[in-house]
Amino acid sequence: MSYVIIGNGVASVGAIEGIRKVDTTTPILVVSEEDTPTYGRPLISYFLAGKIGLDRVSLRPDEFYEKNNVEVKLDTRVAAVDTAAKTITTEAGEVIEYKELLLATGGVPFMPPIKGIDGSGVFNFTTLNHAHMLLDLSKRIHRVVVVGGGLIGLKAAEALRYNGLSTAIVELGSRVLSAAFDDVAGNLVAQQLEDKGITICCGTTVEEILRTEQGEVIGVRLANGQKLACEAVVVAIGVVPSLDLAKDAGIAVNRGIKVDDNMSTSVEGVYAAGDVAEAPDMIAKEGRVTPIWPNAFSQGYHAGLNMASEEASPHPGGLPMNAISFYGLPTASLGHVNPSEDENCEVFTFTDEENGVYRKLVFRDEKLIGYVLVGEVDFAGLYTGFIRFGLDITPDVKEELIAGKPSALLWPEEEFDTKWTPAAE
Amino acid sequence: MRRVYPNKDVCIGCHICEVACLTAHSASNDVVIAAKEEVATGLQPCKAVYDKGQLSVALSCRHCDNPSCVSACISGALYKDQETGRTCYNEEQCVGCWSCLMACPYGAVRRNVTKGKIIKCDLCEGREMPACVQACPNNALVYESR
Amino acid sequence: MLFKPISQNFSDFVIDRENDRCINCEVCVRQCSYEAHYWDDARQCVSHDHTKCVGCHRCEAFCPTGCLTIKKNPADFRDNALWTPTYMKHVYKQGDTGGILLSGMGSPADKPIYWDNLQLDASQVTNPSIDPLREPMELTTYLGSKPDKVSFEETSDGPKLTTKIGPQLKLNYPLMFSAMSFGSINLNLHKAMAMAATELGIAYNTGEGGLHPDLYKYGNNTIVQVASGRFGVHKDYLNAGSAVEIKIGQGAKPGIGGHLPGEKIDEEVSKTRMCPVGSDAISPAPHHDIYSIEDLLQLIYAIKESTEYKVPVSVKIAAVHNAPAIASGIVRAGADIVVIDGFRGGTGAAPTMIRDNVGIPMELALAAVDNRLRDEGIRNHASLVVAGGIRCSADAIKAIALGADAIYIGTAALVSVGCTLCGRCYTGKCPWGIATNEARLKKRQNPEVAAKRLANLVRAWGHEIQEMLGGMGLNSIESLRGNRDKLRGLGLNETELDILGVKHAGR
Repeated sequence: MSYVIIGNGVASVGAIEGIRKVDTTTPILVVSEEDTPTYGRPLISYFLAGKIGLDRVSLRPDEFYEKNNVEVKLDTRVAAVDTAAKTITTEAGEVIEYKELLLATGGVPFMPPIKGIDGSGVFNFTTLNHAHMLLDLSKRIHRVVVVGGGLIGLKAAEALRYNGLSTAIVELGSRVLSAAFDDVAGNLVAQQLEDKGITICCGTTVEEILRTEQGEVIGVRLANGQKLACEAVVVAIGVVPSLDLAKDAGIAVNRGIKVDDNMSTSVEGVYAAGDVAEAPDMIAKEGRVTPIWPNAFSQGYHAGLNMASEEASPHPGGLPMNAISFYGLPTASLGHVNPSEDENCEVFTFTDEENGVYRKLVFRDEKLIGYVLVGEVDFAGLYTGFIRFGLDITPDVKEELIAGKPSALLWPEEEFDTKWTPAAE
Repeated sequence: MRRVYPNKDVCIGCHICEVACLTAHSASNDVVIAAKEEVATGLQPCKAVYDKGQLSVALSCRHCDNPSCVSACISGALYKDQETGRTCYNEEQCVGCWSCLMACPYGAVRRNVTKGKIIKCDLCEGREMPACVQACPNNALVYESR
Repeated sequence: MLFKPISQNFSDFVIDRENDRCINCEVCVRQCSYEAHYWDDARQCVSHDHTKCVGCHRCEAFCPTGCLTIKKNPADFRDNALWTPTYMKHVYKQGDTGGILLSGMGSPADKPIYWDNLQLDASQVTNPSIDPLREPMELTTYLGSKPDKVSFEETSDGPKLTTKIGPQLKLNYPLMFSAMSFGSINLNLHKAMAMAATELGIAYNTGEGGLHPDLYKYGNNTIVQVASGRFGVHKDYLNAGSAVEIKIGQGAKPGIGGHLPGEKIDEEVSKTRMCPVGSDAISPAPHHDIYSIEDLLQLIYAIKESTEYKVPVSVKIAAVHNAPAIASGIVRAGADIVVIDGFRGGTGAAPTMIRDNVGIPMELALAAVDNRLRDEGIRNHASLVVAGGIRCSADAIKAIALGADAIYIGTAALVSVGCTLCGRCYTGKCPWGIATNEARLKKRQNPEVAAKRLANLVRAWGHEIQEMLGGMGLNSIESLRGNRDKLRGLGLNETELDILGVKHAGR
C-alpha cells in the first residue's frame, strides 16, 4: 500500500521530501489533474515575461520522482475518497488503496459574477497552461485588462506588459496589494508599474465585459462608468480552496480543510496541506487559509513527516510572507502587516521616497509580528528571525530594528547560543 | 555532517573571513582582483560579520536540517542534498525572487544585485576546509560535526 | 601633520601602503587600536597617520593582501654619537608633557648581553655524546630546600631514610612562566598560561594581581605571588598554589613599586585584586613591613604557617649591585627559592630612565649569587631561579650551567603568543590583546590557541635542551647545574671571566 498524495504542487513535493526523510521504502503515489510534472508555480510569470524558458520551470530535477520511488499519475482526476475503506477512486473508475492520504488539491481561481464573463477571451493566471495560453494570445492582441490588484494580478500585468501589451489593472480596493502591503508600499509599487506604462484603476471594479455580437472581447465597463478597450481579460482576484473531494468524503471543512498542527484532518489517516488547508496561524493562533508558497511547502513537509512517522512533528504555524519584485523593485512582506487600531500594535515606518525605500515594522507585546520592506530587502531574513522565533524585544533592540539595523547579535543570548553554537558533541 | 560554527567569545571582528570568502568565490581566485574588480560586478561574500559593542561574530548559512529557504524557493534552485546534508544552491535555476532571503530567519542569504541572483554559503565546494575557517586568525570559526 | 604638536611629527615608523594592492577592506583599521589606520571619508579609501604608529606590526600581519609594511622612519637627524634620536625624542616628549618617560617591556638599550659571549661545550671521542631520541634524558627539576646530608637508620627491613625533605615544586622542564599580574595582562592569557603549565607539568606565576576564581583549579601548577600591594592576598589564595613567592623587586624597575592605572581595574580585576573598580592599584616601592632581613624572615614564616609548611616559599629580587649578600640573607631568612630578576626583564610599565639605567645583567648576578651561596655553604638550602631576558633554549641552558635551577620566561612567552615588543604595554591598548583588559582587544588572545603556543614553545626548548645536554655527554639537567666547565667566554675581559667563573675560549 502506498502513501497517496492528491495534487502535484509544492505541498506535494514537500510531502514527498517529508515522507522520505522518515520512510525511504514505502511507495508514494501522486495523482494530479495537471498534465505537467511539478513546476514552480510562481515561475509562470517569469515564463510569460520571457525571462526563463520551459527548461527552467521544473521545481525538482527530472529524476526526482524516480529517485524517491514515487509513481505519478498525471492528467488524472480523483472522483471520490472513501475514508472508511481507505481508497480513492479516479474519474476513470480506478480504485486505489492508500496507507495515508494527503489532500494537496490547492485552489481554483475565483470567478466573480461579472456580466459577460463567460465566453472566450477571459483567462486566469494560476497554471502553466494559463501562461501558455496568454503567451499565444499576446502575439495576437494589443490590449489587456487584468482584474485584481493582488500579487498574481500584478505579476500577470507585468509579464503581459513585457510582451508589449497595453495593460491596465482594475482593483476594487483603494490600492494595489491591499492584503500584503499598506498604502505607502502599495503606492510605491503602483508608481513603479505606472512608470513602466501600466494603467492602474483603483477603487472601482469591472461591471461588464464588453463583447462584439460574435462574442469577441472588445473592452470592459467599470463601475465608475469608464470604459477600457481591450481584447482580453485576465481575472486574478484570488483562489478558493478545492474542497469538493473533502466535503464529499465527510471531512470537516470551513474555508479550507480544517487541520491541526500536524496537518491531520478530522479523519484519521487523511492529511491536508497547502492552499486547500486551513491550518493554525503562527501569529493569529487560529485556523487560516494562507495560500502562499513557503507555507505550502512546509505544511506538505510536516504532513509528510507525520504521515510516515509515529512521532508527531507539529508545523510551527502558518506565516504569511511574500517576496516579490516589480520591474526590479524588490519587496518583502511578512507576518501581520496591517493591524487594526484595537490590536494594540506599535507601528514604525521609515520612508525614503527619493530612493524608493520603505520600511514598516509592526510590534505587539514586545515582539515583532510583521514587516513590509520595499526597495531595500537585504535584511529581510534577520527581521523574519525575530518573528519566526518570537524573540523578546528590549527597547534597545527595538531601536536598532527601527533604524534598519537588525542583527543576530540582538537576539537574546541564550537563543543565539542554542541556534548558532550548539554544544560540541 | 560538518558545519561551520562561530565562537563569538573569541571572534575579534577582523572581517578577514569575509575577504577569504570573497576570494574563494571569485572567478580570478585572487584577493586583489576579487575585491577591486569582481565586487563591482556583484560578487559578495557569503559570510557576514556582525558587530555590537564588544561583540563580533561571523555568520553564514547554517545548512539547517529543514531549511526555510528551500521551502520558499520557487525555482528549485535551493535544495537539500540528501547524501551530504548540505543546503545546496544551483545558481542557473535562481530567478532572483528573494523569497529565500526573506524566509531565512538567520539572514544568511544575500543578493548579487548585478546578476539578480542570490549568494549563499556552499561550504566552499571543492575546498577541504571552508575559506573562512582556514583564514580565521583566532579559531573563532570551526568546521566540525556537532 | 596638521593640527599636531610638531615634535610628534618625528614619527618612529612609517606605514608603507602599496596602493595597487590595498582593497580598502579596513582590516587594518579594525586591528589598529592606536587609530593609525582610518577610513578617509573624503577620499573614500583607507588612509593612515604615521605619527600614531607604534610599530606593533599587527596591521602588517593581518593585511589580507600583504600591502602593508611598517618601516623605521628613514628621516634621519644629523649623525651625532652622543645625541641619538632616542635621546632627542625623549627631550621633545618631556618638553611637551613635563612628565616621567614611561616604557613597556624590558630594556632595549645597547648594553652587554653575556649569553652571546658564552659558548657551550660538546663531547668528542673521549666521552660519548648521547642521542636524546634513543636514550632517556632527564629534565625534571625540583625547586625547594635540599638537606645538608642524608641520614638513615638501620631497621630489620634494612636501612631506612630518616631525613625529612622540605616541600618541593616539581617541574617537568626547568622552565616556568614569569610573574605577570592579572591586570597587567588579561585573564585570557592567565588562563592560557595556567592551561599550558598544567599540560606541561611546570608552573606559572600569578604576579601580584591575585588569582581569578576560575583559575584555582590549576593550583598544582601555580605559584602565587605576594607583593608590596598585597593585592588579592588571602588565606585561600596562599593555599591555592604549589609555591608562594614574595616579590621584593623587579628587574625592569628595581627600587620602585608598581602602578596599575584605574582604567585597567575592571569588575574582574577588582574582584581578584580586592580593590575598588576604577581606583589606581599602587604597589609601594618597599614592603612597608620589611625593612630588614629579620622582617623578611617574619613574612616568610607567616606564609609558611599559613600554608602549613606544605609549599616552598620563594623570594624574588631585582639584580642589583649587592645581590649576592642580599641573596645570602634571603636564604638565611628561610626562603626555599631565591629568584634573581635581571635588568632585561620585562614590565608592563616602568619609568624609562630606571628601566634602562638601574640594575645589573642577570648573567653576572646569577654567577655571583651562586658563588656566594656556595662559598657560604648554603647553596643547597634554596633553589636559584633566574628571570629577565632569556631569549632561547641556549640562553636557558647557559643559565643552568652558570648555576640556576630553573628559569622564568616572560617576554619569550608573550612573543610566542604574538607580542612584537612595541613597548607600549602601559597604554592598555595592546593590539595583540596581551597587555590590555579592553573587552574587544583581549579577545584577540583565544586562551586555547595561546595555551597551545605556550606549550609548543616550552616543548621546543625542552627538545633543544635535551639535544645540547646530550651533545655534552650529559643525560640529566642536574649534571649541568653550576657546571661552569661546560662554558667558555668569548671576547670577555678578565674581570668578567672572573665573575662568571668561566675560562676564556681556548683555555
